[in-house]
Amino acid sequence: MIDKTVPTLADAVAGIADGSTVLVGGFATSGVPLALIDALLAQGARELTIVSNHAGNGDSGLAALLAAGRVRKIVCSFPRHKDSWVFDGLFKAGKIELELVPQGTMAERLRAAGAGIGAFYTPTAVGTDLAAGKETRVIDGRAYVLEYPLHGDVALVRADRGDRWGNLVYRKAARNFGPVMASAARRTIAQVREIVPLGALDPEAIVTPGIFVARVVQVGGEDADARPRAAA
Amino acid sequence: MAAKVARDIPEGSVVNLGIGMPTLVGAHFTRDREVLLHSENGLLGMGSPAKPGEEDLDLINASRLPVTLLPGGSYFHHADSFAMIRGGHIDICVLGAFQVSIAGDLANWSTGAPDAIPAVGGAMDLAVGAKRVFVMMEHLTKDGGSKIVERLSYPVTGLACVDRVYTDLAVVDVTPRGLVVREIVEGLALAELARVTGVSLEDGRSSG
Repeated sequence: MIDKTVPTLADAVAGIADGSTVLVGGFATSGVPLALIDALLAQGARELTIVSNHAGNGDSGLAALLAAGRVRKIVCSFPRHKDSWVFDGLFKAGKIELELVPQGTMAERLRAAGAGIGAFYTPTAVGTDLAAGKETRVIDGRAYVLEYPLHGDVALVRADRGDRWGNLVYRKAARNFGPVMASAARRTIAQVREIVPLGALDPEAIVTPGIFVARVVQVGGEDADARPRAAA
Repeated sequence: MAAKVARDIPEGSVVNLGIGMPTLVGAHFTRDREVLLHSENGLLGMGSPAKPGEEDLDLINASRLPVTLLPGGSYFHHADSFAMIRGGHIDICVLGAFQVSIAGDLANWSTGAPDAIPAVGGAMDLAVGAKRVFVMMEHLTKDGGSKIVERLSYPVTGLACVDRVYTDLAVVDVTPRGLVVREIVEGLALAELARVTGVSLEDGRSSG
């Protein structure tokens, strides 16, 4: 029997090694796997590379992981925000490396990693500082920048419901990076509001097929939603 | 400015409103018009801002504000969302800017200040991907310098990507033959607009 569900958050993040590249889903307040991030903090892995659209807000979630000195590098499109003081302080002190990536390029690099694509040409960032030093090419009269896939050792994603095969559905705009990150990591760990019996999810509506998911942990709606979230 | 942008967006268009000033455009779409709003975090058919007490933190726009979804709207993941942008499926994108050059180069993501925390988000994808890019900005900086410039002094977001600029003083098209003025705010002469802008402007105002 295939059973990807695990009983606790500690089981969900067990075995994440020092030096791992961890893809972390979420956009602002939506889809951030806060319970898994807290579990990763408790688990203790160090020297992490984090891939996330934001670099943490307030003092919880990713910001807490950064504040604890666990993160060596962050790959990110929008680290700066009015409450990103933890990242801001580390960055200005030279204590964290930043790879700034346009949001769509980040999504496509993740997609490419999951799809077995070796590299791709994108028109985004041509002629900008973010394309400095990168190979460019003119195709049919238009200039493109060569970008490489962005693989993860681990992905932490937040979905609404999942089953023991790892099938996932999301809720509204909380889907954001979840599906592409799930496909781009060797081991994807999903926090879900509810684990449902096999067959309960409509096969026509499954967004992330279980092939992309290694572990599923239920984080009760109350536990997941009543917690203070990053301020909008 | 926002009302003028809304007026110029044709019925049935798919539109992305960038963060900042462009978000004001949404309020000017009247109910008798169907304009489909795209938000790059994964919404098509975005509705009005959520009413107080009805906010859902899983339903936000790219500016992180709680919004609603219209009947017929859809959710999708980031790679699909940026495929819509880069793939030329968005008819019009409205962006804020620090500077626009006479060639339509756009600077809106970084002031280039050495101590600034950099952040880019979807700005570079939107600049190159949408079929038409409208910019909304104040015409002049706080020091009175023109934000329409010969050459950008701020870091580039996208090259030759801006089609039209809406400012508090004028509406200006970027064309292969240079900048063409479509409208000027009442009481301002073209010569005075050209003087404060400091670049060559062609008069393209319709006689009506």
